[in-house]
Amino acid sequence: MAIEVNGKSIETDEEGYLTNLNDWEKGVAEIMAKEDDLELTDEHWDIITFLREYYEEYQIAPAVRVLTKAVGKKLGKEKGNSKYLYGLFPYGPGKQACRFAGLPKPTGCI
Amino acid sequence: MAKAKFDVPELTEYVDVPAIAEGAMAHLSPFVAKPENNTDLGFPGELVDDWHDKTLEKLNDLRKRYRSLQVYLDACVKCGSCTDKCHYFLGTADPKNMPVARQDLLRKVYRRYFTFAGKYFPKLVGAEDLTRETLDEWYSYYHQCSQCRRCSVFCPYGIDTAEISMAAREILDSIGYGQKYCNEIIAKVYKIGNNLGLPKGALADTLEGLEEDVEEETGIAVKFPLDVKGADILLITPSADFFAEPHVDGLIGYGKVLHEAGVSWTLSSYASEAANFGMFIGSYENMRRVSRRIRKVALDLGVKRIVFGECGHAWRVAYSFLNTLAGPFDFLDPDYPVPQHIMEFTWDQIQKGNLNIDKSANDDMTLTFHDSCNVARATRMGDKPGGQIEIPRNVIKAVCNNYVDMHHETIGEKTFCCGGGGGLLTDDLMEIRVKGALPRMTALKNVMEEEGVTHMAAICAICKSQFTKVLPYFGMDMDQIVCVHQLVSNAIILTGQKTEDDAQEGEEAQEAEA
Repeated sequence: MAIEVNGKSIETDEEGYLTNLNDWEKGVAEIMAKEDDLELTDEHWDIITFLREYYEEYQIAPAVRVLTKAVGKKLGKEKGNSKYLYGLFPYGPGKQACRFAGLPKPTGCI
Repeated sequence: MAKAKFDVPELTEYVDVPAIAEGAMAHLSPFVAKPENNTDLGFPGELVDDWHDKTLEKLNDLRKRYRSLQVYLDACVKCGSCTDKCHYFLGTADPKNMPVARQDLLRKVYRRYFTFAGKYFPKLVGAEDLTRETLDEWYSYYHQCSQCRRCSVFCPYGIDTAEISMAAREILDSIGYGQKYCNEIIAKVYKIGNNLGLPKGALADTLEGLEEDVEEETGIAVKFPLDVKGADILLITPSADFFAEPHVDGLIGYGKVLHEAGVSWTLSSYASEAANFGMFIGSYENMRRVSRRIRKVALDLGVKRIVFGECGHAWRVAYSFLNTLAGPFDFLDPDYPVPQHIMEFTWDQIQKGNLNIDKSANDDMTLTFHDSCNVARATRMGDKPGGQIEIPRNVIKAVCNNYVDMHHETIGEKTFCCGGGGGLLTDDLMEIRVKGALPRMTALKNVMEEEGVTHMAAICAICKSQFTKVLPYFGMDMDQIVCVHQLVSNAIILTGQKTEDDAQEGEEAQEAEA
């Protein structure tokens, strides 16, 4: 499978995650969001940016609690919870947001 | 909530045995493993050219290796006891999801090639040739079995469909037809140490964060130690406990109990996983390889005890097979169970009066308990039969005022699977996961309506994740599923911890002084 971003064809796996993580650019997130009927706002980008920075440092997506805590610190305590994140990413912050951010799919008993 | 691309079964008062719908689930198969993940596990990367001969060779090998498998393939008398006992049949109406029919998918090939009657009079005994289509059918329907073993409870011969399903998956792996979800995850355990692929740095960062949170909340420095040499207890827990919700609240609960018990303990970054998906794919070699990591780290760190966290199938592997796979554990302290379940540990502490409990902390909830299939039907806790059913309930009742059981036909050894066990907890199998959750969702809905239950507790990472995902499909809330140790965590008052009452009394005292 592949998605078209700015005239380039970028390969994804059968679940829609980037095959090559280095292929990521902002347009990837925008196209993926469009396919999921979502419009990316600044709030979405805050999360996507945090995910990418965390991945850069730790080679894995942050745990849900790490993510909600970081969001709470940055955007205020009332936003530091899963409900806020599910509001932004209805398919789950772990999976949908990671996909938009170009991260591999978290696996395991989650 | 994700929009369903299939019909979600409607909840009614009872789960009726459905009228059969031939082929209703024939379309569903999980993603196939990438070649490199198959080879990481010691299997051929892709379907081998001589799959026909290799399949029969492997089947022959397995029936000789496991006498039980041969017995199960021979013993069925088609009495029909099992037919309406599988949650996947009840939720899908596909007759191939009846346990006997699922067994027959393998049995018909076994009969054709390995029995006298099947060789000479195949039609009379339901024996069939092995074809390329057979493999696809196996791949589909043996991944619609969560190996929960409920059917075996009702089988007069004790035929264990889980073991047949494991054998079928082992055969498929051996010819290069592996499942993506399981094989990718086992490969991650070998490379990184856990199912998630959580490296040491991220694990340490996550644990540090938990220490901060607990201290902020309670004022007490509860530690979550990692890789501590010379610690007495090695805690092996599913990596989902580090990552997901509500799992992490359970981990905080273990931490608080271990802190209050005053024991020295540690987690390991090398064996940072309790789960053992080697069992799901029926591979003794992989199950052993995963288990050996625990032995190695126990020896390296010099621990005296091993305690397992809340993970269903891990406890089956630990309780029933660990000694065979990775023993002998003669270097551990024989005064304690080898290994021990965190539930046994906590119950022991409660009985000794070592924990200061405020049950009213859980008064906003009325609880029920979902018995995890592997714990309920394949293990034990404590020193009495049925301890694995009793002890988790004892712990809940010790920390909560409001507890109600679900219908007796749906708990204990007759418990219904969550719908996501046995290597099915993957998005590509969401349809069978949702449909298979029907019996449990029905039982839960009934106690919600009749008894005012608000939350369901579980002691398995898969159950917790599965319910988080499927509850919303049935109009319920994802955070209705909680960990048993999350309840413990809510109720425990740590030594030196200031409670709200203390704060109030303090204020009053100050006012009186002034």
